[in-house]
This record gives sequence, C-alpha cells and structure tokens, in this order.
Amino acid sequence: MPDMTPLPGQTIYVAPTDGTPLEETGTVDTSAPPEGQWKEAWKQLRSNWIFWVSAVLLVIIFIVVLFPGLFTDINPRQAQLSRSLEGPSADHWFGFDRQGYDVFSRVVYGARASVTVGILTMLFVTVVGLLTGAVAGFYGKWVDTAISRVADIFFAIPLILGAIVLLSTLNNVWSNRGYWGGVLAVVLVLAVFGWPQMTRIARGAVLEIKSLEFIDAARAIGATKRSNLWRHVIPNSLAPVIVTATVSLGVYIVAEATLSFLGIGLPPSVVSWGNDIAAAQSQVRSGNNLHVLFFPAGALAITVLSFMLLGDAVRDALDPKAKKS
Amino acid sequence: MTQPLLQITDLQVAFRAGKQDIPAVRGAGLTVYPGQTVAIVGESGSGKSTTAHAIIDLLPGTGHVTGGSIVFDGRDITHLKRREREAIRGSQIGLVPQDPMSNLNPLVRVGKQIKESLEANGVARGKAADKRVVELLEEAGLPDAASRARQFPHEYSGGMRQRALIAMGLAARPKLLIADEPTSALDVTVQKQILDHLETLTTDLGVAVLLITHDLGLAAERADHLVVMYKGQVVESGPALQILKNPQHPYSQRLISSAPSLASQRLTSQLRAEVRESSVKTAGEIAAEIVAEGELGGEVTDAVVEAKNLTKVFKLPGGAPGRSIDFTAVDDVSFRLRRGTTTAIVGESGSGKSTVARMVLDLLEPTSGSVEFDGIDITTLRDKKQQLAFRRRVQPVFQNPYASLDPMYSIYRSIEEPLRTHKIGSDKEREAKIRDLLDKVSLPSAVMRRFPSELSGGQRQRVAIARALALDPEVVILDEAVSALDVLVQAQILTLLNDLQAELGLSYLFITHDLAVVRQIADDVLVMQNGKVVEQATVTEVFDRPREEYTRKLLDAIPGGSIELAS
Repeated sequence: MPDMTPLPGQTIYVAPTDGTPLEETGTVDTSAPPEGQWKEAWKQLRSNWIFWVSAVLLVIIFIVVLFPGLFTDINPRQAQLSRSLEGPSADHWFGFDRQGYDVFSRVVYGARASVTVGILTMLFVTVVGLLTGAVAGFYGKWVDTAISRVADIFFAIPLILGAIVLLSTLNNVWSNRGYWGGVLAVVLVLAVFGWPQMTRIARGAVLEIKSLEFIDAARAIGATKRSNLWRHVIPNSLAPVIVTATVSLGVYIVAEATLSFLGIGLPPSVVSWGNDIAAAQSQVRSGNNLHVLFFPAGALAITVLSFMLLGDAVRDALDPKAKKS
Repeated sequence: MTQPLLQITDLQVAFRAGKQDIPAVRGAGLTVYPGQTVAIVGESGSGKSTTAHAIIDLLPGTGHVTGGSIVFDGRDITHLKRREREAIRGSQIGLVPQDPMSNLNPLVRVGKQIKESLEANGVARGKAADKRVVELLEEAGLPDAASRARQFPHEYSGGMRQRALIAMGLAARPKLLIADEPTSALDVTVQKQILDHLETLTTDLGVAVLLITHDLGLAAERADHLVVMYKGQVVESGPALQILKNPQHPYSQRLISSAPSLASQRLTSQLRAEVRESSVKTAGEIAAEIVAEGELGGEVTDAVVEAKNLTKVFKLPGGAPGRSIDFTAVDDVSFRLRRGTTTAIVGESGSGKSTVARMVLDLLEPTSGSVEFDGIDITTLRDKKQQLAFRRRVQPVFQNPYASLDPMYSIYRSIEEPLRTHKIGSDKEREAKIRDLLDKVSLPSAVMRRFPSELSGGQRQRVAIARALALDPEVVILDEAVSALDVLVQAQILTLLNDLQAELGLSYLFITHDLAVVRQIADDVLVMQNGKVVEQATVTEVFDRPREEYTRKLLDAIPGGSIELAS
C-alpha cells in the first residue's frame, strides 16, 4: 500500500468543471449532411489536382473521339502524294506523312480506335473478371478451384505473345472484317488474356468482405446466399475493381498500339495511332522527318497518361490504404 | 525529499491536418517519482496514449508538442536535439506497446530483436548480449528461455509475445517504463499473470511505471497514483484509492459508476431481479400468443432454447497432404435458455463460445447434438417458410461495431433490410417501424440518413440492436456485443439491453469473455474452457460460491474485483 500522504505534485487535483464540460456520450452530430462512401470518395477526388488535370485532358480526348469533324475538315484517307513527308506548316500543323496524308487529321481520327479499344476491353474484362472473381471467392470450394486454375492458365500466357498467336489465326479465318470487326477482334483478344487479373483482384476483395460480420447478420435474417452476394458482397468489393479498371485502361490502349504496330492489330484500313506509328518505322530508321512518328506517338502518350493519372486519383480516393505517403 | 523522476507541466500536443493544428492534449500535467506506478485512465480519444508517446518522442504521424514541458530526471526533454532524445529512449525510458501481435518483426528471431535493443543502447555486445537476452527472457517469465530466444514471433502465444516485449522494454534497465495498454489484447487470466509479473519485476528493479489503461479497475489495483484524462485534459488526479472511493470530478464519478468490475453487487443483482421479473412475464404472454396462432407449432415450455449435447468438430488440414486433423471446438455442450432470462456463456478465446452461438443461430451445422427452439429441433426446419419463421424469432448482435453493419447501406436501409427480406409492411409502415426502433435504442431519427462510418462504436452497436429487434424476435444472441466498447458506452448499452429485455420480454444468450459484465445482465452462467462446459450455475452461485478452479481463476482475474467500495 502506498504512503497516504501525497508527494509534491501528486496532491489531489480536480479540474474545474467549466473547463471541461461533460458531454453526453452517444450524441450524433447532425450538422453536416450525411455522407456515404461514394460521396466521401468524390469529395476526396474533387480536392485532388491530379484528378482535375486528367479530367480536363480526358474531356478534350472524348470530344475528339466523338466529334473529330470539329477539329479538321481534311479527310484522313485523302492522299496527296505530291506533299509526301512535307514538314509542319501553318496550314498543316503536323505536316504530311509518306503517303501524303495530313498527320493532324490522322491523329484526330485515330483517337477513336484507340479509345474505343481501351474502353471496350476494360468493360469486358471488368464484367467477366468481377463475376468470375466474386463467384469464386464467395462460393469457394470446387467452384473457386475451377475458376482460379483456369484463370491461372490464362495468366501464365504472356499477353502480347498470346495475342499474336490468336490474331494471326483470326486473320486467316476472318481476314476482311472492316472497322468494327477489326476493333472487336482486338478487344476480344485483349479481354481473353486480361480477365484473370481482374478475377484475382475481385476474388481477393470478396474473400475479405465475406468474412465480415454483416454478412453473417444478413444470413441470420434469412437472406439467401445469392441475395447476399448481390446486395452486400459485390457492392463492397467494387472499390479495388474500379481502381484496377481505370489504371488498366491505359495499359489496354498501349497493347492495342503495340499489336497494330506489329501489323496484327487493327487492319491497315482503320485509322489508328498504332498503325501510323508502324508506318513511321522507316522514318525512324533514316532519322529524317521524325514528325511523322512524333505526333501519333505523342497523342498516344498523352491519352495513356491521362487514364493513368485518373487511375491514380481514383485509387487515392477509394483506397486510402494504398496511398503513397 | 526525493526529486520527481518525470514531471509534465501544461503539455500541449497537436496533430497537423492541412494548415490547421488539431489539439489532442491540452495542458496535461502529471508527476512520477522513482519506483512509483502511476496510471493514466481515460476512454479512447482522451489523449492518454498521446501524452505517453510525447514523453518518448514517438508521436504518430503529424503529432507534435506545441507547448509545456516534460522534465525527466531534472532535464527538460522537449527541447533536446534528436540525437539526445534517441539516447534517452530505450536506455532511460522503456516502452511496452499495446499490441503484441504487430510489435515484433515477424521475420526476425525474438532473441535477435532483444539483442538489437541491447546493442542500440550500448548495454552489451556479441556473446555477452546473447547471454543477457536469455537472462532477460527468463526474468520476463518465459520458460526454457534459451531455446525460446531462437524462435520466431509466430511460434509465441499472445501472452509470450507480451513477455518478450516486456523483456525488451526493460533490457537497458530504464528508470521509467511506459506500459501502453499492455494487456488489453490478452485473455483475462493471461492479463493477470502478465501484470503480476510486471509488478514484481519493476518493484525488484526499482523501475517507475507509467501505466496507460482504459480500465479503471485495473489502474486502481496496480497504481499508487491515478490521473484521469478526458478530452485531452487531466480532470482529476490523486492517490488511486482516494479517487476510487471519493471521486470529485463528475467525469471520474461517471467512470467509476460505469466500471463493471467496481459496480456494487447488491445493487446490480436487485436491478437484475426486477428486469427478470417483468421480462419473464411479458415473454410468457408473447409465447402463449404465438402458439395460439400456431405458426411454428410446438408448445410453450419453460425453456425457449434448449441445446442438447452440441458438438462441433472442424477438420483442419494437417499431417500428410490431403489428410486432416479433427479439432473439437465444442464438446458436448447442453444448456437451457429460460424464457425471458439471460444465459451468459463465458470463456477465453478458443473456448468455443462463439461456435455455440453460431450453431444456435443455425449459421453452422452441429456435428452432433441438437438445438431445440420451443421444443422443435431447428435442423428439421428445412422448408423455406419454416426457416424464415425461425429466423424471425432469433436474431444476433455481433462484436465488432465496425464490421456488423454494411458500410454502403444507410442506417435506414440497414434496419429496413430484415423487414424487406421478410416482406413485412408497406414503405410507410416500415418507416414508422424504423423510427420506433431508433427511438427504442435512444437514437434520434435524424440518424436514419447517415452511414455507419459517421457513427461512433456505441451508436453503431445501438443500430445493430435496432436491426436485430426489427423482426420482433424472442431470442437475441449477443456475441461479445459490448466487448469492443469503452466502459461508459458499455454501461449504456448494458442498461439499454436490460430495459429492452424488461419491456419486450426478450431472452438473451450473452457470449462474453468478461465475467465482470455478466453480473449486470445474466441470470444463468455457463463457463466454457477448451470447448467443454466446466461450470453451469446461476450468477449468484458463480460469483459467491464458484465450484471449479477455473471459474475461480477467471473471477480472480477481474481487474479491480478485489477492491472494496463503500457504496
């Protein structure tokens, strides 16, 4: 037992009550409007300058994709061989390429193919990946084993290598497929090799969510497994899926350009940045007239960068844990 | 006259958020003499840990000292250079951190980690340090210390890790040891062992201890001098027993009246008897009504739930590949939950108490044995309609207030979900019902549009209770429903549960590791250990005449349980 006479500095001290008024425990602050998770994420996104930079760039890119006619009157397929490889001028800002096409016009019209491939692939991959991943993670057991192993097999095949094999086969059986056929073929091939990544992300998120107590609580009120999956598990697993989807959009655009560059992506009849970069190859070797390469490549880089920046900002908003300090 | 070892005057600590300083500690002061044990008590967010971390300059994130002084051993250490502060940390002031699971590097052998702290403080090197490590571990009460030192943290239990951290904190023989909630992550019996050991060790070595805790009982039992903090300020300080017996500040009074281990026995059992009387009566009436309607069949019996020889065997992977080892989590457990009363299942982690709860909820199928609800075996309810009817009558409230509500659902949707699933009422009727439920759990109806992340732990637990009550159940399974809450909030929720029981005639199955709260809510107690029931009796019998050694051990381990209060 301690000495009952207190030492200096340890005498009984009672703070005046007015200094620290006692608050009722369990009061609710109702001054601010209610905030759900999405609203909070939007608030965070709004305060991030990276988001605004990418948003402005993407808005411009989308206008170019939807209304290329607003930016140029020149037909991208109208060749003026006499002006082949002419450099940039006041009338033709980006100059002419080897075929005598106007480079500016080709850059503007080429945006559509790249962005369409990127977005469609992302949609395919997200839907397939989210569904397979959620089912695998939620039902577990043999369903999980089956889906996961199939995903592993596809994951093990390098994207570009697999795409080359698939597309060259496709070219033999379906060579004349036009604009949308060409785009669709590239989208499908990229999606075939892209979905396992999303499956893994979704499966991981679902595994984490399904062990939480509110899932048990929902079962205890009599909710069926399937309604649990749709109402609670999937909505709560969306954040990492959305983040991965935005970041990978840029990757798919690059992949399309790579395939087109290799000559097996979009058919040459389609105006696309990848095809134009491929056509500029010879100029790279000679080292002259680099504007033919520079402008489509620059447009590609800016577009990919915008999507990547958006992905970064979305990740910061949705998944504060992954934020770099 | 001895000089104070540590003297904190008017300490101000703030966290920087954007361009603003948000104060966390506002003018705190305390004094520690050599060899003394001083405890800082307060709820979460009171600034007790922040104060302690300011002393050793380990404030997290953007925290920084904005004013006041910390005089240690005659020197003001708030204005020292980084190098000088680092010299004090470890060698003069040791720390035992809160969470033993995350405070050891999982990739490094425990012995090596202690050796590091010896070498960093220049106590010993090489072979000599190795020898010292073993001595320190022995001293911290680890048996077979030499081989234990070569093990990795995952090979240690929670209690052993905490012992290793104590060995590390005391490695350089500091003058002051800061113990930040050193045992709150451990089972009660382990907690008692560790604290007993820490006490003898620091007394022998003459080390002063600054104990940070939320548990008033524990603080009063272990400390000479008590400092009560509230909202970043010291509201009361003085000799521990004196504050306990005669608290002056309204906050200390509130804390003491809420502490379950300190609550007056006579008063609680009397209150409990009143609740029970009213509840049993209401429950009987409700049951008679339901049977008259003939929804589920069955008959009104004395016991609403009866578990018969429940056993659950889990198959764990082990042995050869493809083989599994049988693990019996619940072994032959039988009990009766009398209508309108509370049966508590008490046990430490791994005792199988939550597994029992899940089987009663029909979330987990028993390996053998049965759960009967109003005399009907619930495993026979395989048709959908009957199953839904059963679900309506038994509802759970879970432990973790942060995980038991869907974060994407507004409070309104969360409480509405059970009504919607069971297709009860129109939109209008549902809204009226939700308002009524929120009112029952004393939350303003403005909460409806909020999301779980905007509410505190106690408020979420109220919402979880409202949701559980939405279907007008007869039985509520409370799985550690108050364990994660601060004492004040815990006391409020327990009062709420008692009120609801008296009003609605609910029967509770109350799962907990904390015997102290049992007295306030339960009528019958089941003590479980390693999946088996070791003692089964009424609350008064368990508290006054425990028959089993294990029950006695659990009772002894209640911090502050031995302190006699006048009231």
